[in-house]
Amino acid sequence: MSLYLLCLLLFCVGFYGILRKRNLVKMIIGLGIMEYSMNLFFVLLGYRMQGRSPIEAMDQNVLNMVDPLPQALVLTSIIIGLGVTALVISIAIRIYDKYGTFDITKINKLRG
Amino acid sequence: MVNIIPFFVIIPLGTAFLISLLGKYVRHFAGIAISLSSAVVLALSISCAVYLSSTADKILVYKIGGWVPPFGISLVLDGLSIFMLVMVSLVSFFVAVYSLSYMERYTDKPKFFTLFSLMVCGMNGIIITGDLFNLFVFLEIASIASYALVAFGTEAEELEASFKYAIMGSVASCFIFIGIAFLYGFTSTLNMADIARVLSVKHSSYVLPFVGTLFLMGFGLKAALVPFHAWLADAHPSAPASISAMLSGILIKTLGVYALIRVFFSIIGSTQAYLSVLMFLGTASLLVAVILALSQWDLKRLLAYHSISQIGYVVLGIGLGTPLGILGGLFHLFNHSIFKSLLFLNSGAIDYCLGTRDLKETSGLAKIMPVTAKTNLIASMSIAGIPPFNGFFSKLIIIFACIQSGHLGYGLCAVIGSILTLASFMKVQKYAFLGRLKDKFKNIKEVPAAMRLSMLALAFICVFGGIMLLMPFRVFLDDAVQAVLRGTHYSSVVFEAVGK
Repeated sequence: MSLYLLCLLLFCVGFYGILRKRNLVKMIIGLGIMEYSMNLFFVLLGYRMQGRSPIEAMDQNVLNMVDPLPQALVLTSIIIGLGVTALVISIAIRIYDKYGTFDITKINKLRG
Repeated sequence: MVNIIPFFVIIPLGTAFLISLLGKYVRHFAGIAISLSSAVVLALSISCAVYLSSTADKILVYKIGGWVPPFGISLVLDGLSIFMLVMVSLVSFFVAVYSLSYMERYTDKPKFFTLFSLMVCGMNGIIITGDLFNLFVFLEIASIASYALVAFGTEAEELEASFKYAIMGSVASCFIFIGIAFLYGFTSTLNMADIARVLSVKHSSYVLPFVGTLFLMGFGLKAALVPFHAWLADAHPSAPASISAMLSGILIKTLGVYALIRVFFSIIGSTQAYLSVLMFLGTASLLVAVILALSQWDLKRLLAYHSISQIGYVVLGIGLGTPLGILGGLFHLFNHSIFKSLLFLNSGAIDYCLGTRDLKETSGLAKIMPVTAKTNLIASMSIAGIPPFNGFFSKLIIIFACIQSGHLGYGLCAVIGSILTLASFMKVQKYAFLGRLKDKFKNIKEVPAAMRLSMLALAFICVFGGIMLLMPFRVFLDDAVQAVLRGTHYSSVVFEAVGK
């Protein structure tokens, strides 16, 4: 249970970073933390106490396997996160070229 | 016929791959490939629609790799999916034709068409998939392509809008992902039909409302319902006009409204609590956004606020939960995709010719741009709900459905929203197309033929859209309504189709 709560805490740290930080790079780091926490949560869902790796052998009867599906899904999700982060960072670099600052309160050409 | 279902994903994905590979070296390859592939997808989707309406159980299930669900990923084509699929391929075909000329002003057309094709691939994937995690992956493909497309001009405003959109979109995806994780933890399966089956036998008083809230936040943000709408008014006007047409016309509907319907009606099962929330959010969107739209002077920004408002109508209609309400909601979904993309294409045409889209600068364009002016008039009357254009019928059905189910207040809000929409489009007509032509615009010519062609075709659909309510075409809408109303029986229908 404490593991899940720590996961929630990590999620909140990331969410705080996105909502409250004024620096674009810190916001991106917050986004990264949020994505890690949810990946961690999904992997935890598949974990069994004292479980072993889910490899079926010919003459063995594996009783306590961890669930392999979340691991496969999280791998996909990590790659999606990588794509988003790369795109967002490259946009942030371009924004720095145009505005000369990473401060979100000074990047305000759009109004209305 | 079942075997052509995966091609709705394969064709756009392959086109994106080929264009990024060859587009730089072969002249005109990108344009030819994109128009060919979107035409093929359109033809396939229409032929699928015709075939599906002739079958008895109105559902086709494709098993990827021959793995039987719930173990493998299945692609499901039912009445609602085919309805969305035809809409997406129709709009994306006309927008692709329009972009052939419009994108001349930007550098690097091949990259644009690669991203465009990826976005279509993501949307088609969301619509046909029968697996919840697969839906998330396609959602991310479409979203990432759209973040990049919003920033395509790489000017200061576009980058700012794209950054905002990317951050908010990623937060929405996080909520959706956590919702999927909770559902997987609770039901131990990811196949939509199987989740619905497990949920019908396994009850929990706290997991489902929590998951429902997560999905409502995530998909609501993607659909830009009112408390989550802040990104749309920045992102949609900043993109190139053809992409604004795609984003407002179909992306928010596929990623937001379709996914909401699928999750709430087919998987979790619609309870009165969810429906009330949807109705309230819909009404709030349609009133707040139209009031914000009234004070806009940037043409595309005005249109973007109207997108939020019209999505409000769709969600209100679907949230009513009655057959008539859902019919109105889905019909308005289709109509809005047509006239809103037409309006954005018109704004792109004005921008293309004049280099500005500020309504204070323009006037009297009807004299120099007759096609744009006439198609814009048609689209404006459609969105404002003037008979006999298509928007009139769908709004009328939604208002009737409100009255029929006893929600008089919501019906009144819908009428007020419609009147305010009319007011703001009269402003567009007055400032952009009527009045005296400024001298500096005297020598401007109408836009090239490809742009005119797609605007005229969309205007044609606007005029004759009401025909969808008549008999031979009515089947198409009725199947979609049936698929929504079927609710959690979705699972038994899918498993029956698998068994065959």
